[in-house]
Amino acid sequence: MSDELHEVTLVVNGRPMTARVPARRLLSDALRHDLELTGTHVGCEHGVCGACTVLVDGRPTRSCLTFAVMVDGQEVTTVEGLAAADGTLHPVQQAFHDCHGLQCGFCTPGFVMSVCGFLADNPDPSDDEVTEGISGNLCRCTGYQNIRAAVKQAAGTLAEQGLDPRQRARSASLAPEQGAVAQDDDQEAAS
Amino acid sequence: MTTSMIGERVQRREDDRLLRGLGNYTDDIAHDAYEVAVVRSPHAHARVKDVDVTDALDVDGLVAIYTHEDLTGRLQERGPLLIPHPSLTAPVTQHMLAKDVVSHVGQAIALVVATDRYAAEDAMERIRVDYEVLHAVVGPRNAAAAEHAVHPDVPDNVAAHMVQTIGDAEQAIEAAPHRLHLELEIERSASTPMETRGVYARWDERDRNLRVYTSTQAPTSVRAAIASILELPLQQVDVIAPDVGGGFGVKIMHPWPEELLVPWAALKLDHPVKFTEDRREHFISANHEREQVHTVDVGFDDDGRILGLSVDFLHDHGAFIPYGLIVPIITSTQLLGPYAIEAYRVEFRSLFTNTVPVTPYRGAGRPQGCFVMERTMDAIASELGLDRTEVRLGNMIRPEQMPYEFGLMFQDGRDYTYDSGDFPASLAKLKELMDWDGFAQVREEARAEGRMVGIGMAAYVEGTGVGPYEGGHVLIEPSGKVQVATGLSSQGQGHQTAFAQIAASELGVRIEDVEVVTGDTRRFQYAVGTFASRAAVMSGNAIALATRKVRDKALKIASEALEVSPQDLEIVDGQVRVVGSPDVTLSLGVISTMSNPLRYAFDEQAAIATQFAQPADPDRPPVADDEEPGLEGTDYYSPVRSTFANGMHAVVVEVDPETSDIRILRYGVVHDCGTLINPIIVEGQVHGGVAQGVGGALYERMAYDEHGQLQNASFMDFLMPYATEVPSIEIDHLETPSPLNPLGIKGAGEAGVIPGAAAIAAAIEDATGITITRMPISPSDLHHLRQES
Repeated sequence: MSDELHEVTLVVNGRPMTARVPARRLLSDALRHDLELTGTHVGCEHGVCGACTVLVDGRPTRSCLTFAVMVDGQEVTTVEGLAAADGTLHPVQQAFHDCHGLQCGFCTPGFVMSVCGFLADNPDPSDDEVTEGISGNLCRCTGYQNIRAAVKQAAGTLAEQGLDPRQRARSASLAPEQGAVAQDDDQEAAS
Repeated sequence: MTTSMIGERVQRREDDRLLRGLGNYTDDIAHDAYEVAVVRSPHAHARVKDVDVTDALDVDGLVAIYTHEDLTGRLQERGPLLIPHPSLTAPVTQHMLAKDVVSHVGQAIALVVATDRYAAEDAMERIRVDYEVLHAVVGPRNAAAAEHAVHPDVPDNVAAHMVQTIGDAEQAIEAAPHRLHLELEIERSASTPMETRGVYARWDERDRNLRVYTSTQAPTSVRAAIASILELPLQQVDVIAPDVGGGFGVKIMHPWPEELLVPWAALKLDHPVKFTEDRREHFISANHEREQVHTVDVGFDDDGRILGLSVDFLHDHGAFIPYGLIVPIITSTQLLGPYAIEAYRVEFRSLFTNTVPVTPYRGAGRPQGCFVMERTMDAIASELGLDRTEVRLGNMIRPEQMPYEFGLMFQDGRDYTYDSGDFPASLAKLKELMDWDGFAQVREEARAEGRMVGIGMAAYVEGTGVGPYEGGHVLIEPSGKVQVATGLSSQGQGHQTAFAQIAASELGVRIEDVEVVTGDTRRFQYAVGTFASRAAVMSGNAIALATRKVRDKALKIASEALEVSPQDLEIVDGQVRVVGSPDVTLSLGVISTMSNPLRYAFDEQAAIATQFAQPADPDRPPVADDEEPGLEGTDYYSPVRSTFANGMHAVVVEVDPETSDIRILRYGVVHDCGTLINPIIVEGQVHGGVAQGVGGALYERMAYDEHGQLQNASFMDFLMPYATEVPSIEIDHLETPSPLNPLGIKGAGEAGVIPGAAAIAAAIEDATGITITRMPISPSDLHHLRQES
């Protein structure tokens, strides 16, 4: 009764990766334990808490409700894929730090990925829209107040930089006009 | 001296890793370990007649299945009673794997080890357990009625019965001009951290070393438990709390069965083994708290001054009582809050039920006590037609009465004595923050528009920083880097930042040069744990004391080298220099090298410490009798008793006249935790605590049915608040330093959760005119209450 293995090829954080997995293997487990990208966390295993959120082809997706074989050939972005090659934090990551939007940090990667997806849809959200936008993720530590502030700050920074929030951060060492060109290089360097 | 960083809004130093996805939580650590699944009881009370594993044996990937009979040595015994107490007459704890009987849904029966969790669950599904279902005892009233017993040798279901008194409350109540009788109730909730429990163990046969990573609040104590119960030399066992994804109390419980079974299996199989609890397991096998039923009799005068208070309560501690009586003792003492009650009687019975065991959850009995006291204050104000804050003010302990001795015994076995605080000042701040006196007009104006709004408040005092002790180790490396270690662990409280602020300030170095390690028994063996809002008080002060030792030693060495008195030296940015002559300096790194006489030089700096490098007295040993090599120091902080923080919350709610939906419009907090180390972190703790208070007041309950089945064991049904449910919080601080410790600090971790249910109940009552006696309350509950009235 051994599981049949399927070859899955994904582009994870800009880098092609291949794994051989049983059909039932969750994307969250494949990312965490086959690809050893443990930044994506699992908080409930039934799609309610949002800790496992990653971007699949740019859309926020619960990796605990997705089989790895379902995303064959697609692009997956995890929290490890946001900082620039030189280490510069993504504006959403930076805002969580600046606003003390994390405590234990367990839910944080899911929040960060959800916020990247949310701000791509709504780059200039009102306070109520921010609350609504993060209401698919649970945090037990912060009471959300500082997370709301972080989303507002991130929206401002992203607008200033003209950056698609689903893209890797721009290296601080690069002049702004070179940023867009540098995207691919950054991803190459990081992989 | 470098400017003190105490009180500065220093950005957290732990964030960077966590934001990049480079956190190191227990399940992140190993990808090749065997994984376990635990067969758990589907029944609240049953006799286990047979466990048949036959069908599971040919599951691909299965490694082993263990039941109670397979366990060896002390693992066959019941788990330890962690905190014995003379009143605890029936201290029943659980077996690591059930022996003959299961006593709650979720109790562990068998351990399945396989190559991964998928395979372990495949095998688990094929294990057949034959049960004889027994009668389940659910809820404290049923337990007290004792028509059925949870454990046959405890027919009354009472594990403990305890009474404490101040004066003669019954007589005082009898003689009082006014009397009230109240019945109040708080339902079950739980810590529910985002990271569930997890344990990973590996045995290294060559090193003869067992290394265990566990998501715990008490790694040193887990280590002691593993060594004791698995009968290993303590020095062969290392326990590390890596990044822990929230604790809130549930992870102070230890050793969980899995914390012993996983290391045992790793030893037995000579292969790394890992347990990662799933969310449903967490609901039914990790501990809960809160459920209590209180009966209150109070006597008071025309001004609302309490003359006598008598409280009798039932505490539901679930199927086992491994953590002793801590929660009900805290309730029965901390119930008194900021009030000078001179005649008090409190009696409780701690009862077995066929539900998940109860051990502390953030607040640890205080939210219940606060609810009881503050509902009583509101009832007195209502009875006399007085303002609710005036009644409270009239009963408050005055600052000039500090230290205030009640004459009760606290949870640590020490006197229940408040060290400091200015409760009337806190109340004045809260009233101003929320414009309490102007609210009557707001309420009337809303009413004229057909809206129902109300305001409520609640005050609490929180015993923080309980003993027995914590320690700190500070070592300055030849590079000048300062390594700080303390034994207790972190679950998001920002210890790496706050403790670094303390060490940097005490020593006179830049915070960038300080590294802090917590919760790793390889770095610090002696510790108690992170609970009871104690980490900043205990380890913060221990680190300060250890740093002072190191500073003294550095100045002593520098004073000899520079031939100046230590009083004439200061340390600025890691440089010891002569006051008034800033050019004459020695770096702490060089002093560290000088402190350690060397035979072998491995770099230029090291050469200065070798035997021919400088003239030395040939008749004196290189290390004097009263000295040790190295620039390091260890010290401990062990207080006589707890230090007491306090605070008050006020909340404005609106109730929908049609649907009874309850919406929080404003939430204000005045908080006094003494000297603040880092306001950003303290405010974050308050925010998170308030969110849990809101959850406990309006959403979260453990919905057991009469058979002991938990009906809402998922995040789908257990309504943990999202951002849409938690209001923004307005905070004002009062800083009354504690006289009990060198830094003047008090704990801040739990405070935010304590008064939530009490304040929100009061606000709902104010908005609707309906008396609220039971929390949490849902719109549906409120709707029924409004219909009944």
